[in-house]
Amino acid sequence: MKDEDLRDLNLPNYEIPPELTGQLAITTLDRIYNFGRRSSLWPMMFGLACCAIEMICAQAGRYDMARFGMEVMRPSPRQSDVMIVAGTVTKKMVPAIIRLYNQMPEPKYVVAMGACASGGGPFKEGYNVVAGIDKFLPVDVYIPGCPPTPQALIHGMILLQQKIDRQSIKHVRWYDGKKEDAVAVPVPYLGPDLIDPRRIPEIKAKAAELAAQEQQIAPQQA
Amino acid sequence: MTTPAPAETLDLAARFPGAVSADTRPGYTGWIVTPEKLLEFAQFVRDELGYDYLVNLCAVDYLPENRMEVVYNVFKTTGGPGLTFKTWAPRTDPIEIPSVISIWPGADFQEREAWDLYGVKFIGHPDLRRILMWEGFEGHPMRKDWQEAFYDEDVKPFKRRWPDGKHVYAEKRAVYGDNINFKPGFDPEKWTPTDPEEALYKSLKKYKSETTDGIETDHIIVNMGPQHPSTHGVFRAVVVLDGETVVSLKPVMGYLHRNHEKIGERNTWLQNMPYTDRLDYFNSMTNNWGYALAVEKLMGIPVAERAEYIRVIMAELSRIQNHLILIGMLLNDLGAYFTPALYAFEERELILDVFEAVSGSRMMCNYFRFGGVVRDIDEDSLRKIKDLVFDRLPRKIEEFDRLLTENEIIVSRLKGVAPLTAEEAIAYSMAGPMLRASGVPYDIRRADPYGIYDRFDFDVAVRYNGDMYDRYLIRVDEMHQSIRILQQAVKSIPEGPIASQKPSYTTKVPPGESYGRVEGPKGELGFYLVSTGKPNPWRYHVRTPSFVNLTALEKMCIGTKIADFVAILGAVDIVLGELDR
Repeated sequence: MKDEDLRDLNLPNYEIPPELTGQLAITTLDRIYNFGRRSSLWPMMFGLACCAIEMICAQAGRYDMARFGMEVMRPSPRQSDVMIVAGTVTKKMVPAIIRLYNQMPEPKYVVAMGACASGGGPFKEGYNVVAGIDKFLPVDVYIPGCPPTPQALIHGMILLQQKIDRQSIKHVRWYDGKKEDAVAVPVPYLGPDLIDPRRIPEIKAKAAELAAQEQQIAPQQA
Repeated sequence: MTTPAPAETLDLAARFPGAVSADTRPGYTGWIVTPEKLLEFAQFVRDELGYDYLVNLCAVDYLPENRMEVVYNVFKTTGGPGLTFKTWAPRTDPIEIPSVISIWPGADFQEREAWDLYGVKFIGHPDLRRILMWEGFEGHPMRKDWQEAFYDEDVKPFKRRWPDGKHVYAEKRAVYGDNINFKPGFDPEKWTPTDPEEALYKSLKKYKSETTDGIETDHIIVNMGPQHPSTHGVFRAVVVLDGETVVSLKPVMGYLHRNHEKIGERNTWLQNMPYTDRLDYFNSMTNNWGYALAVEKLMGIPVAERAEYIRVIMAELSRIQNHLILIGMLLNDLGAYFTPALYAFEERELILDVFEAVSGSRMMCNYFRFGGVVRDIDEDSLRKIKDLVFDRLPRKIEEFDRLLTENEIIVSRLKGVAPLTAEEAIAYSMAGPMLRASGVPYDIRRADPYGIYDRFDFDVAVRYNGDMYDRYLIRVDEMHQSIRILQQAVKSIPEGPIASQKPSYTTKVPPGESYGRVEGPKGELGFYLVSTGKPNPWRYHVRTPSFVNLTALEKMCIGTKIADFVAILGAVDIVLGELDR
């Protein structure tokens, strides 16, 4: 086939020769790629808190997420496609979560399940709580609720499927190559408090500013 | 409704002249001991008076009086009311209090928690490291003068958010624009990272390589968790192995430490109720009860008759679903991948339906109020409960029993594994089914009755071998007993009001302290509260069974195979929300 003919294949009403009807279907690469990804979303077996219990319930008999091809929970990040962040993200835990995310092969998705993972929830003011996993990871779907019911989780996962349907292989984050944290996110570490490597200059400047302020106040008091 | 102090403790001040005095602050009970005499006093209390069971140990920061108090709640395993004693030191660092670990080994984690959150140095504690936060974290966050990054005001309701109703993101107010805080002048580039794990590994590395049969062997350290399919959440255990045998083990926790107590001390009394749901998220009903009980004790109010029955029904249903899940998950840990768990979840859903019908939520029920419950049970739900307790649940528990109890795999994997004697279980402050599986018939519903449990006819389930198999069996026994209680309760539930108080947002709580304890499905759940008469608690401490029961984990695991560790942990029945709070 010549190049021009190949281009014709992309036209919507390309005529299939009669001898090939019933044996050949024409589709786009995106659609077939998306079909594969959306029909076997394997979540990582990884629960943080209360929401994890509802996640298990969604996997169990009554709600049965297996109907949507999402039942294969993988304890290893290497084999999973979607990370359901189910529960409160704490400062002590967040380095581990980021490391797990970095170990997931692309395509990879993140679902923030519940109020805590979405924005800190009732524990936001806590000194050991990260107010939402989206401070570190790109979140695809947020599911509200404390905890969200299994139905809500399934709804969220279906929304993720719809999102996948609309994606194009040319523009997805991990093949784009433009964004620095497209595939791997810098892992935060635990110092006197949680330190996000991306924010080091900001933290340094602010701490210096505070120190300068303190010095200004001190002579005045003396 | 304060229980009078038992007669034999009344002359304690005379027994230790100058060192012990009665706590005469209004609303307080018990004794105040000087730190110098603390060990002698504790020894006396345990050996002479028979208070062999240390249940709760926590620190209280009395900032205005410049006092750091440590509170001990001790009980007798033969039953009866408990004894409270306190010791205190001035609030200037270092705050030093002798450790009671030599008298009650169960104080181990609780003292580490007090060190972590309050900076109380327990002299004589062999492994005083931070337990919930990481090594290197700055400050002791539960102190009254320690402020978090999203600090707004000392207590709720925060005026800035109310009554204007204008919302400002906490991030916008915080100095660093996020939930982080650093000292002025802190330079993350020049800061040399300290390994937060260093102290942990140091505490394990007392084992050296040795030569056996001419072959040099070495111990290896295996980290299990915080992300591990069999640690029931974000729990982590660091295990030292000699081949496959566990030589040493340290549990590492705090990965779900979401600051219940700090938030709880900012909340009003009533605002804490939904937070208790999220402690042990399998049993929000029981958690509600524990907290309601402690506050009712402080307030001295009665509970409406019908509400008492509703409480029992909800708590016992909760116990059944908890034990079902435990058994299902235990089988999961043993390798029967998810089949028994699926059966367990089927029954649990039916019980959750009842919870949803009465409270509006499947898991986070937020159902109890001071003096009663928040909504009545309607006829439909009551009929559903009747169906469950007279027909479905007994049948299904029987089925579980038939399917599992004599199962060859269960028997060979569980029998004789990781035994704990009665003496050890008491010393390590084990609670609930773990204690009773070791042959100590201690059930708070009998030993120190609360609610209306004295009206029901039931047996305290007890097993005597203390091994894994007994820990499994005791859960089956307890479900049978819960069914018995439920059957009596649904038959005799009276009509009437469901709360003794009018519903209100504010709660008047007189100054004082109280310790409310309930027999949760996982063990003793206690709330130690201090009120100053304000709308918010001054101290809100939760004594959780998961946390204290893990003290004996190392003891149980040493000498077993690594594969059994997973099952042993499963049988302790931990839940991370309550372990880390």
